[in-house]
Amino acid sequence: MVGRESLRKRRTKALLRRVAVLVVVLMVAVLPAIPIWLMYGWLVSQSFSGRVILGVLPSKLTLENWRFLWSPIAMGEKEYPNIWPITINTLFLALGVAGLVVMVSSLSGYALSRMEFKGRTGMMQFIIALHAFPSVILLIALFVILNKLGLYGKGFMTLVGIVLIKAGLEIPMATWIIKGFFDAIPWDLEWAALVDGCSRWRVWRSVIIPLVLPGIGAVSIFSFLSGWSEFLLVFTYVAQEEYYTLPVLIYHMIGEFIHIDWGMLAALGLFYAIPTIIFFSVSQKMLLRIYVGGVKG
Amino acid sequence: MVRVTLDNVSKFFGKVKAVVDLELEIRDGEFVALLGPSGCGKTTTLLMVAGIYKPTRGRILFDDEDVTDLPPKDRNIGMVFQSYALYPHMTVYDNIAFPLKLKKVPKQEIDRKVREVAKLLQIDELLGRKPAQLSGGQRQRVALGRALVKEPDVLLLDEPLSNLDAKLRILMRAEIKRLQKELGITTIYVTHDQVEAMSMADRIAVMNKGRLQQYADPQTLYNKPANLFVAGFIGSPPMNLIEGSVVEENGAYYFVTPSFKYRLPKEIGELVASKTSDVILGIRPEDIRIVIGDGDDTAINGKVYVVEPLGRDLLVNVKAGDTLFKILAPADLQLESGQDILMAPDERKIHIFDKKTGKAIV
Ligand SMILES: Nc1ncnc2c1ncn2[C@@H]1O[C@H](COP(=O)(O)OP(=O)(O)OP(=O)(O)O)[C@@H](O)[C@H]1O
Ligand SMILES: [Mg+2]
Repeated sequence: MVGRESLRKRRTKALLRRVAVLVVVLMVAVLPAIPIWLMYGWLVSQSFSGRVILGVLPSKLTLENWRFLWSPIAMGEKEYPNIWPITINTLFLALGVAGLVVMVSSLSGYALSRMEFKGRTGMMQFIIALHAFPSVILLIALFVILNKLGLYGKGFMTLVGIVLIKAGLEIPMATWIIKGFFDAIPWDLEWAALVDGCSRWRVWRSVIIPLVLPGIGAVSIFSFLSGWSEFLLVFTYVAQEEYYTLPVLIYHMIGEFIHIDWGMLAALGLFYAIPTIIFFSVSQKMLLRIYVGGVKG
Repeated sequence: MVRVTLDNVSKFFGKVKAVVDLELEIRDGEFVALLGPSGCGKTTTLLMVAGIYKPTRGRILFDDEDVTDLPPKDRNIGMVFQSYALYPHMTVYDNIAFPLKLKKVPKQEIDRKVREVAKLLQIDELLGRKPAQLSGGQRQRVALGRALVKEPDVLLLDEPLSNLDAKLRILMRAEIKRLQKELGITTIYVTHDQVEAMSMADRIAVMNKGRLQQYADPQTLYNKPANLFVAGFIGSPPMNLIEGSVVEENGAYYFVTPSFKYRLPKEIGELVASKTSDVILGIRPEDIRIVIGDGDDTAINGKVYVVEPLGRDLLVNVKAGDTLFKILAPADLQLESGQDILMAPDERKIHIFDKKTGKAIV
């Protein structure tokens, strides 16, 4: 009978432990997220309402706050450029960064993972060190370089310059991430492709790249978002308003604090967040679909 | 089909000597097994034939053409890897079709050949699946299909059966052997399973620590092992190997150990004594007869230690002093632990090795 009682006791203990774990998880993971969700909810309701009661309750459903989608943005006396060219600038910047980063890092990651050459280890250490520099530190040096290249104050070409800079800053980390994906592919697969009749280049294209697609997806999403949200470089280097990107535009609008139109700002904020939301809902599946042992299992 | 020659081939990885001075000739259409313990350089040898590794020294010839510097894609080789290495993102069909696509074979012809090979290997039902959805045996057959579809000159198989269960392994052994004979492809088959090598290969190359130990047909390997390593490696249960010395007394030659003394046939004794005195005597478990009661004067006294029934026979462990013998005896023999018996080795089946060099003398 002693044995049975101790069994019951152990069961109760296990149950208690599980409840405790649940409570801790709830406190750590769920509670902090609640204000964030509340804020999003507030943003949505704010953007669609004409008047807000006590700063919380929306009333008078309207699309007035979204008028920037079809008319120039006026706030106080100042008129801002139309939203669409600005969106296209932002999109250009983000896609440019993502494209460049994916192109370079999928090649350099392969080289670092698969090829033996002098200074390979040194290069990998250097890459990690590179990532330690935030772009603020480089602002002046980059300015000099942009100027030398004749890309400063040249409107659209300045954006191209910023794409190059931003991609350059992202490439080391992206290379590192993709290298990890290449490392996970067994040599056997590559050899099998060589024996089957591939050149090294063809192996990379037909066998290796399809297997690291999840990694490429991850890198392209991260670099897209980092380009999309880039503020400092555009703010510093772009002088003409028509080459602003969304973050800079929003910044300037907030700056006009006397005439601030909270409803429109909320709508603008949501508009700005759309790609982020789309990308994360898509990428979530993609990232979870990474071949786990798919090579043999 | 070609003849493959490894001409004094070595492969070093830094300090590690994976393969040392390998001399091997595989005849046109021959099935050769590379046999040896883990890490002895089998895979390395195969990868050199495939062109993945470049030998540190030596040459590799297909017929009379030197292919040492030829990249893998120009060697027309089919290979099944230890891990199968199927392309996870392609269906079985695409896996098998891949080598043909690379050769720019017309689509219809690819389709015909893929289906033909799939039928031959009985995987035609699986063509639409991804490798992850296959069992080990099915994967192995897909890998074989991918290697065969391009009608290679040389087929390289790296332990293709090691991931299968015992029953499937025996089935696939026969299957692969039949296929090889039917297609007549020069084949190198890597394995560390001696039964597999013995049952499938025309000739076996036994390797140890990167060096070729003996290259012969299975019978020769079994009956005339060239050295201690081969003697101990081939055969299950393994050969009894006993250290001792050969001495002459009154014109007769004896093999002497602290535990027992055994009179050698005169010719053998003379031959051995003329070369060395420190030797190792080898005798296979099935070449010793157990005698209960009186035997002739050459028999060795022993005590039954343990009896292990193997089904068809008994594996009897017998102790002569401190020396343990393993003997295969008929299953109906009645023996008890502790029983005194006599062991009568078959004189014609005795092997004697030089203790210093390990080389066979008799
Ligand atoms: N790329 C490499 N770099 C360094 N050493 C290696 C490399 N490949 C193999 N070796 C070494 O060479 C030796 C032979 O390796 P190999 O893979 O040919 O063995 P194997 O006979 O195929 O063994 P197994 O039966 O375990 O597959 C081993 O000692 C191994 O550690
Ligand atoms: Mg191996």
